[in-house]
Amino acid sequence: MEMIKQREEEIVAEFELFDNWMEKYEYIIELGKELPLLPESEKSDELLIEGCQSRVWLKTSGDYRLIEFHASADAIITKGIIALLIRLVNKIQPQDLVAYDFAVVHKIGLEEHLSPTRSNGLNGMIKRLKNEALKQCKA
Amino acid sequence: MSDTSKKTFIVREIREQFPALRQQVYGKNLIYFDNGATSQKPQLVLDAINKFYSKENANIHRGVHFMSQKATTEYEESRKRIQRFINARKSDEVIFTKGTTDGINLVANSFGELLKTGDEIIISAMEHHSNIVPWQMLCMRKGLTLRVAPINERGELLMETFEQMLTKKTKLVAITHISNTLGTINPIKEIVSKAHAVGAKVLVDGAQSIQHLKIDVKALDCDFYVFSSHKVFGPTGIGVLYGKESLLDAMPPYQGGGDMISKVTFERTTYNELPFKFEAGTPHVAGGICLGKAFEYLESIDFDAAEKHERSLAKYAEDILDTFEGLRIIGEAKDKTSVVSFAFKNIHPFDIGTLLDKQGIAVRTGHHCTQPLMDFYKISGTVRASFAFYNTIQEIDTFVEALEKSLNMLK
Ligand SMILES: Cc1ncc(COP(=O)(O)O)c(C=O)c1O
Repeated sequence: MEMIKQREEEIVAEFELFDNWMEKYEYIIELGKELPLLPESEKSDELLIEGCQSRVWLKTSGDYRLIEFHASADAIITKGIIALLIRLVNKIQPQDLVAYDFAVVHKIGLEEHLSPTRSNGLNGMIKRLKNEALKQCKA
Repeated sequence: MSDTSKKTFIVREIREQFPALRQQVYGKNLIYFDNGATSQKPQLVLDAINKFYSKENANIHRGVHFMSQKATTEYEESRKRIQRFINARKSDEVIFTKGTTDGINLVANSFGELLKTGDEIIISAMEHHSNIVPWQMLCMRKGLTLRVAPINERGELLMETFEQMLTKKTKLVAITHISNTLGTINPIKEIVSKAHAVGAKVLVDGAQSIQHLKIDVKALDCDFYVFSSHKVFGPTGIGVLYGKESLLDAMPPYQGGGDMISKVTFERTTYNELPFKFEAGTPHVAGGICLGKAFEYLESIDFDAAEKHERSLAKYAEDILDTFEGLRIIGEAKDKTSVVSFAFKNIHPFDIGTLLDKQGIAVRTGHHCTQPLMDFYKISGTVRASFAFYNTIQEIDTFVEALEKSLNMLK
């Protein structure tokens, strides 16, 4: 858990540097552009987290000791958001991910993306990340 | 209707009547370009809502007491005002519903009850899901066939093909007056006369036309016309189904309950007459009354000038957007209302919508509840700016700047 908390603090500190919304999104867009792409061939329906407006693919690897994620999305902002989430929870123990409350979303002011109208599936992304971790715990 | 020559249309004065337009979001002056989704409300409507719940709240059609009588009178006066506004023959032809979707479902369930296996219903390729799904459900239930009249790339109905699809089997044509995604205005009069020639009835989805065009159901000669109050400056949760009296009379009730009955015993119930036959339960009394106020407001402004202004806004926006590299306008019908939908080849509408929002501009992005239409254009969605008469050229200029800024960020 220490690891997630530390990463969360880093992210919150980064976002505190921004004066306005456009700067925040500029940063999210940068993250989106930097996210290593999943090859087209891997974007299967099984990996798809269907949101209403934007689609996200999430690929999981690892085991009960360490879980690892790769993702892609069709909108850059969505890509940036999943990149941010992955940075937070990548290569940690799955049970820590299961226990984590994703408070970071509120701390950096992205909670609007949780509302159903935004529908870029932030809720869906968090649910899927946790589910994947849960599977590893059980396995 | 009062004398048009005395009415004025000055955008600045109009805007003063809409308090929702005077606010800031994310520290920017709000620019509201999502009128296709819902419209803002004039002070007259807001005051009426407040007044109703402060002073007049009562159930209607049931009480002998003062407040109930007053509410009933106002509710029925509103029905008459709507009748006059759309030029229906009788106020009995104006049925209060929850909205467009509810009106379509009413017709699908009630008129649909009269249809038989093998009968056909025609819709168009540009329909809102609300005017697709109820018919699919009906067709499944009754063994009917649903046929889809195609459109061209510009987003216009292919009239010749549509005509060829009409046969003696066609019992209903359910078509939108104006496409919410493309802005296309369909030639309803022509569609109605062609459909009537084979004995088919026509339902017009007026969700996007009641606020933009002067509607005359007698002149259109349509059999049903449905719309939502919230898109025509009235409250949410109420709408109207207009239907020709003879048809409505022949149709069975849709929902059962209070108000729609004449006499109930455990063995048998006889139904109330029109319009009450189709209005089971306590209706949205405040909504009904305040929808009347929205029409009162519309009657007070120069509607023709308002419509001209809306079209000039759309033209202005389209002319500028046309110069953007990689931008494709979706919906280029000759006859079009103030809806501008566009898409970029490599940029997702969600990204643009999100960045515009942060600059204070409300547009809609996505498939606009017209997924089959998106499939037709082979896109996942569009950015849609839909203008109302309270929008301005300056707002479009600000929108264009914000769009440029967004595109630079997304490059
Ligand atoms: C053309 C059209 N039909 C139907 C509807 C559904 O209206 P409502 O959701 O108010 O029932 C809409 C609203 O978006 C529309 O634009």
